[in-house]
Amino acid sequence: MTRNLLLGALLSMLVLLMALVSFVWTPYDHVAMNIPAKLQPPDAEHWLGTDHFGRDMFSMIMVGARTSIAVALVAVGIGMLLGVPLGLAAAARKGSWLDEVIMRGNDLVFAFPSLVIAILITAVLGAGAVNAIIAIGIFNIPVFARITRGAALSLWERDFILAARVAGKSGARISFEHILPNVMNLLIVQGTIQFSLGILAEAGLSYVGLGAQPPTPSWGRMLADAQTMVSIAPHLALVPGVAIVLTVLGLNLMGDGLRDYLDPRLRVSRA
Amino acid sequence: MLRYSLKRLISLVLSLVVASLVIFLVIEVAPGDPASFMLGINAQPDTVAALRSELGLDVPKWQRYLDWAGGMLIGDFGTSYTYRTPVSEMIADRLWVSLPLALFALTISTLVAFPAGIYAASRRGRAGDAAVMGATQLGVAIPNFWFAMMMVLVFAINLRWFSAGGFAGWDKGILAGLHSLTLPAISLALPQAAILARVMRSSLLDILGEDFMRTARAKGLSRGQALWRHGVRNALIPVLTIIGLQFSFLLAGAIIIEQVFYLPGLGRLVFQAISSRDLIVVESVVMLLVFSVITVNFVVDLAYALVDPRLRRRS
Repeated sequence: MTRNLLLGALLSMLVLLMALVSFVWTPYDHVAMNIPAKLQPPDAEHWLGTDHFGRDMFSMIMVGARTSIAVALVAVGIGMLLGVPLGLAAAARKGSWLDEVIMRGNDLVFAFPSLVIAILITAVLGAGAVNAIIAIGIFNIPVFARITRGAALSLWERDFILAARVAGKSGARISFEHILPNVMNLLIVQGTIQFSLGILAEAGLSYVGLGAQPPTPSWGRMLADAQTMVSIAPHLALVPGVAIVLTVLGLNLMGDGLRDYLDPRLRVSRA
Repeated sequence: MLRYSLKRLISLVLSLVVASLVIFLVIEVAPGDPASFMLGINAQPDTVAALRSELGLDVPKWQRYLDWAGGMLIGDFGTSYTYRTPVSEMIADRLWVSLPLALFALTISTLVAFPAGIYAASRRGRAGDAAVMGATQLGVAIPNFWFAMMMVLVFAINLRWFSAGGFAGWDKGILAGLHSLTLPAISLALPQAAILARVMRSSLLDILGEDFMRTARAKGLSRGQALWRHGVRNALIPVLTIIGLQFSFLLAGAIIIEQVFYLPGLGRLVFQAISSRDLIVVESVVMLLVFSVITVNFVVDLAYALVDPRLRRRS
């Protein structure tokens, strides 16, 4: 196991653990206001200080991790659930009208950055965490479709697929029984990367008010609240920012490490 | 090449038509009538009807789509519901902030990424490479709007080198304008520079393993000469593609950065339009962003085919 993978997994696990523990325990109630104790820098009582309403920052970060993880995870799920079958279908029918339609559809969705999708959805439905999920999820679909198609195309040329075809298996069966298990590693690595991009996107959308709405705690929202007070209480901006950076860094390191670990060719060349 | 260009051009036009249809349809299903929203809940039905007719909301949807899409072709984006001024003028005003910001950021990102990527590739596996790669790892993990806030804290609030926000305006001179766009451009450029440096490095590493690089060394060029004359030039092809793609993302990303610095760009326009349900403005700004992504991709594809004949044949 590489050092990157270990460090990345450790950081990611830490964030996940924080989010899970927040369901049963946080140092303080994350919505409880305590005006006399507002804007306190980190100390023994409040490990990460308090915000402008005197709320405990550490508790807010813990609960905010839930929002980030939930949004990014569901968005990756949407992307995989729709993107992977589309990519498999396109590869199975390479060169057909179906392939063409799927790939052109992909190009079209790619032209809508997730921020633009979020703007459209918010104009129609209003702001909220669900919109952020939909926006990031839609953006993920072509990513997974493209990567699945690319990997599947080269697999279709292989002998064991030819054997399966000779045995009379249908394109759909071959796709799910033989192609999918073989592209799984690639999808796991891409999933990790999209997950980290999802955390960043969620923070950005919440920051501009298109994502999670108060009182749902979110790291991006905390940064938006901190903006006007950054000169008097820098920790308001530092704490959520560092939380985002560490989470994304952890996931990226894990993604890179997983790619090296899961790709046998890279392992052989290292040995 | 002509056939390839023609094929790509048809697909460009089709993509733009489908994208405009998608945007129009999504906005059209928006609940709430802009006219009733503008007049408030106590408005008389006949007043609402009069405003609907004035805004052109009473004609069939397909005709409104044709008016909107057809108008855009000649630069007429319609009239803003709230400001009653041409949307094209509002967009043009804001574009004077957003476009220079994106271009400024692209310049910074390229200026930082090229040397960093080339340096890392030439020191592969050594401390310099590890340092650059570590920095890029951090660069892609930092949200640009947070980086922007940190820069405001350091360079505007503590050191007072720049203003914390706002835009001086181009009428005060190009330098004053660029000065107020410096911090926003640097923050916008950060993640892009990190990505670009990685692409530059890996592209150059691929090239360094090629036979012609060995030939270049064999005929007596020094490592540096071979790297510059043959390596970097060939490595640029994938890098240019990424730069093209990044431009559209910079334009969209500028929307978030503009919020940090209170810049009067497209971002501010679209958020104001969302809150006042000025849907024609939202529609048009979104179309403009999507148009820029699709067109830049088209230009990149053509440029790519121009340098790499294999691509033309494959298609």
